[in-house]
Amino acid sequence: MNIAIIQYNAGNIRSVSHALERLGVQPVITDDLAIIQAADKVIFPGVGEASSAMKYLHKKGLASLIPQLTQPVLGICLGMQLMSSYSEEGNTKCLGIFAQKVKLFPPSSRYKVPHVGWNTIQQLNGALFNGIPEQVYFYFVHSYYLEIGKFTTAKTSHIIPFSAAIQKANFFATQFHPEKSGDWGHNILKNFLDL
Amino acid sequence: MLAKRIIPCLDIKDGRTVKGINFVGLRDAGDPVELAKKYSQTGADELVFLDITATHEKRDTLRELVRQIARHLDIPFTVGGGVRSVEDVAMLLEAGADKIAINSAAFRNPQLINDLAKRFGSQCIVLAIDAKQEAGEWIVYLSGGRTRTEKTLFEWAKEAQDLGAGEILFTSMNHDGTKQGFANDALRQLSEQLQIPIIASGGAGTMPHFKDAFEQGQVDAALAASIFHFGEINIPDLKAYLHQQQIPIRL
Repeated sequence: MNIAIIQYNAGNIRSVSHALERLGVQPVITDDLAIIQAADKVIFPGVGEASSAMKYLHKKGLASLIPQLTQPVLGICLGMQLMSSYSEEGNTKCLGIFAQKVKLFPPSSRYKVPHVGWNTIQQLNGALFNGIPEQVYFYFVHSYYLEIGKFTTAKTSHIIPFSAAIQKANFFATQFHPEKSGDWGHNILKNFLDL
Repeated sequence: MLAKRIIPCLDIKDGRTVKGINFVGLRDAGDPVELAKKYSQTGADELVFLDITATHEKRDTLRELVRQIARHLDIPFTVGGGVRSVEDVAMLLEAGADKIAINSAAFRNPQLINDLAKRFGSQCIVLAIDAKQEAGEWIVYLSGGRTRTEKTLFEWAKEAQDLGAGEILFTSMNHDGTKQGFANDALRQLSEQLQIPIIASGGAGTMPHFKDAFEQGQVDAALAASIFHFGEINIPDLKAYLHQQQIPIRL
């Protein structure tokens, strides 16, 4: 199986690669449009800042390629946020795969921002969550969130409820980091590889 | 609901864990990768690796170690110890660290926090602060507690947050090693004054000490070293206890 991990100016790409290696798959980390297009599956990971990431994706031609991919695509964290239509982070127009907005968590006296740590997810739907029980913990680290909408396939809450995962056709995405979420995260990645 | 985090801290010297670690069932307790895997399997929520190597070959040893840890560990980990520049951080993140802890270098050059946050994002910048309570004031110390500053814990923590630090790891020098509990009053003040998560460090001796840090200190995470390494408290028991005490915890 050919797995392409999209390389761009975001961090933590290697940790996704390591997680796949632990599943017995050797992915290729690349920004080459032809290799990405030809891959069986594509992972769009990332920790970073939205506006500089989008600039880079435009420069490399990835911004027009990613929405046109037809194989299963998995966005993670910033990757998921960039698949939305717009992010408040840097006032950024994003890829527009999901007609949903990314917003900064509102100020709260009770909860901390960034949302860092292990949080439970609920109301799970779709193939990514096969065999995953409700209310198990996944690792999150982010300050912006995707609203709940018709694409939401898992919910969680921090200050307000938001999308822990979304899906539309072949596009899957998680706000949490399956590659850093122990055994359950491992299962999510395996479910993606099994699609 | 967001769980409170339990974080074992490993001291690393020349690529090996030090400070005498006595972990039952390990082939080699000095191997940080083995130890990291063991901790992640027993429910640690995150790990911190603190490099105390003083030699100039440090960079390469540490980079290789971080690579090995990243390859095998499926929970987040932070690396710290002598991190001085944007280049140091870039190297450690590239090798696979999730977060970087910075301490003295950030105090001497606060702009570093801002530069790191802009380049890599606040989420991977953990500001470590060592402070000692003297005549009622919490005074920041540098260089592993050897150098006194004129700044208070609360001033420096607020400044660091405003510069872009993503978390504060506060070690009370008065409590560290005493096993008499965390500095809960100072932790609560920090937690109330800041918007970013607070990690408590120094003083853990019993399971109720963790409960107190979460409830009285209102911290988001608690870090300890020797009590975990020597098996005085094992993490599954600690987490079962905290869960029973109504603390949100990942079991």
